[in-house]
Amino acid sequence: MSPLKIEQGTSRHSAYDLRASFAEIQESHTLAVIVDNEPGVLARVIGLFSGRGYNIESLTVAETDHAGHRSRITIVTTGTPQVIEQIKAQLGRMVPVHEVHDLTVEGPAVQRELALFKVVGRGEARIEALRLAEIFRANVVDSTLQSFVFEITGNSEKIDAFAELIRPLGLKEMARTGAAALARGG
Amino acid sequence: MREMTGAKMVVQALRDQGVEVVFGYPGGAVLPIYDELFLQNDIRHILVRHEQGAVHAAEGYARSTGRPGVVLVTSGPGATNAVTGIVDALMDSIPIVVLTGQVPTFMVGTDAFQEADTVGITRPCTKHNWLVRDTDRLAETIHQAFHVAVSGRPGPVLVDIPKDVQFATGTYLPPARARTDHYRPRTEGDPAQILRLVEAIEEAERPVFYTGGGVINAGPEASRLLRALVDATGFPVTSTLMGLGAYPASGRHWLGMLGMHGLYEANLAMHGADLMINVGARFDDRITGRIKDFSPGSRKAHIDIDPSSINKVIRTDIPILGDAGRVLAEVLRIWSERGARTRREAVAAWWDEIGRWRRVDCLAYRASATTIKPQFALQRLEAATRGMDRYLTTDVGQHQMWAAQFLGLEAPNRWMTSGGLGTMGYGLPASIGVQVAHPEALVINVSGDASWLMNVQEMGTAAQFRLPVKQFILNNERLGMVRQWQQLLHGERYSQSWSESLPDFVRLAESFGARGIRCDNPAELDGAIAAMLAHPGPVVFDCVVEKHENCFPMIPSGKPHNEMLLGEARTEGAIGAAGAVLV
Repeated sequence: MSPLKIEQGTSRHSAYDLRASFAEIQESHTLAVIVDNEPGVLARVIGLFSGRGYNIESLTVAETDHAGHRSRITIVTTGTPQVIEQIKAQLGRMVPVHEVHDLTVEGPAVQRELALFKVVGRGEARIEALRLAEIFRANVVDSTLQSFVFEITGNSEKIDAFAELIRPLGLKEMARTGAAALARGG
Repeated sequence: MREMTGAKMVVQALRDQGVEVVFGYPGGAVLPIYDELFLQNDIRHILVRHEQGAVHAAEGYARSTGRPGVVLVTSGPGATNAVTGIVDALMDSIPIVVLTGQVPTFMVGTDAFQEADTVGITRPCTKHNWLVRDTDRLAETIHQAFHVAVSGRPGPVLVDIPKDVQFATGTYLPPARARTDHYRPRTEGDPAQILRLVEAIEEAERPVFYTGGGVINAGPEASRLLRALVDATGFPVTSTLMGLGAYPASGRHWLGMLGMHGLYEANLAMHGADLMINVGARFDDRITGRIKDFSPGSRKAHIDIDPSSINKVIRTDIPILGDAGRVLAEVLRIWSERGARTRREAVAAWWDEIGRWRRVDCLAYRASATTIKPQFALQRLEAATRGMDRYLTTDVGQHQMWAAQFLGLEAPNRWMTSGGLGTMGYGLPASIGVQVAHPEALVINVSGDASWLMNVQEMGTAAQFRLPVKQFILNNERLGMVRQWQQLLHGERYSQSWSESLPDFVRLAESFGARGIRCDNPAELDGAIAAMLAHPGPVVFDCVVEKHENCFPMIPSGKPHNEMLLGEARTEGAIGAAGAVLV
């Protein structure tokens, strides 16, 4: 048995080191949470994240099973593996939560987001914006002589890329839904 | 199918849930329910003096019986006053059901008189809460609330009932027909993990059981199984503040409480262990000290019913999700079937090591013939009440830690204290709830002058209901624990930590119709305690103690278990600047 160090007085370690020395890699995970569609359930989930200091990159929610009163919340979150596990455990023990799926680890999943972009401009910039929209398979859902509203769906990286390219061409406003995701296969 | 008003439904649902007593305070938005309470005799109502007191009383009732405590308060301030107690119950996993009145549904959202967003305010303070908008759903919701409060890891729930829902008529649904199926926390441990724990028990050389409030919450059978497993293996056992009594203090393998003010031998056993078996505890920061140096050489098994407790702060090697009692039964059964093997020689050497730590006598203090030392007061209280079927409550601070160190708990459900939230003012109303549940038992609240004054109004409740609770106040005219931290951490600048203008506790007691006793002489203490115990009604015992006594041992914030301060140790500069930011 190794002798125990029993000393009194000051320590050379920092007291700030409260967290365990788990792996500190930040990971992004997409969670699908099936909940009872009851008043306050979204506030409960959001309150859990804000109260415990977890990140929300995006969050979408809608009723997906009308007869069963179930909603599906899709949350993209980042954290260390330990924090991700903690988020899933905290979600899982909430009374109105039926299932928690980590789509990032449960196998391949498709993830889509819808975004609307308003681009204002004339001349060459306007034509360039249309050309880009075609490349990204964005639809024109509103048009005036000075502006377009494009609708685009895709994963979040694709929408980020489109936003980056369209910005100098007169991007005025943008609205994004946040990610919805489903596991691939049966 | 029975048609009745919502108010009648509330009373019927409580009756069907086996509720015998409700702690509460009436007001405009719950008058229909109070009317129904008036018209029946099955359910007793204890009128408190403040809604916080109602919740703490319900907690005391729940902790001492294992059954959920029930609270009934009005909307707005009634609900907000209850919030502290609700969070207290959440932190300590105490099953309580809080029923709040609400303004009528057609006035919700209009800033009506005594309106507050009760479900919004208490959403993060409860296991779950409900706003009932339809009388037909009321009975089922109350039954679900009871189910959630006691299932899995227990906790507080709240049902908010608008006044028009109380007046309207609906169909009563009995408990058996209420839907409770989707909330069914897992209680059986994974057999593969249980087997790994059994193998670890067979191989361990320096094992320690680290038990918590989960053993108490799992019921008396879990405590019995813990005792059986500890005594059969011969392993040492320590416990958190919340778990005291699950293993008896007089038991052969008892090390005493662990943690910030835990015993030297308990903390060093945790630090030096090669196998830690956590049963129903949650690696709280009062227990672990600095995470990085927490029990560095041990494999850690963790039995817990709450999946979010496992791997939250300490990485677990053997996680077992399940009810403490059921898992302990399986561990004991499988370990016995495999021959009940342990490394007896190694464990005996481990006990020798523990024996050397014990001889440090970490609870030693400098005795005095002229002033009552708080430790001495508790030793005399212990001597006078040992062997009695006594129930102890405490407030929060130095007296709480001394009570945990010096009063031996022999059975579960006998120790009611605010652990997680650390709520000053918990003790008096909690003692009232315990006494309501156990009218014939001896109920003592060990308190401090500052804590006790935080809910002093509840002496009126004790007097009205003839509850003979004994309030044993260690009066140092200080906020003792704050003062201790200021001495150790803040350069002895005692900012706002003394009690000016304290009341005369004896006359205060008498003004409530209770007995007051003061003692400031160590030689007269035994006689005064005997007088307190002999009095058939409530007593306020003003025990005037040494003003500047500090509570030791102490693991300063941010330090590991093996850097403990002992009573006579040099304490100046013991906590670095970095430690001072921690609480």
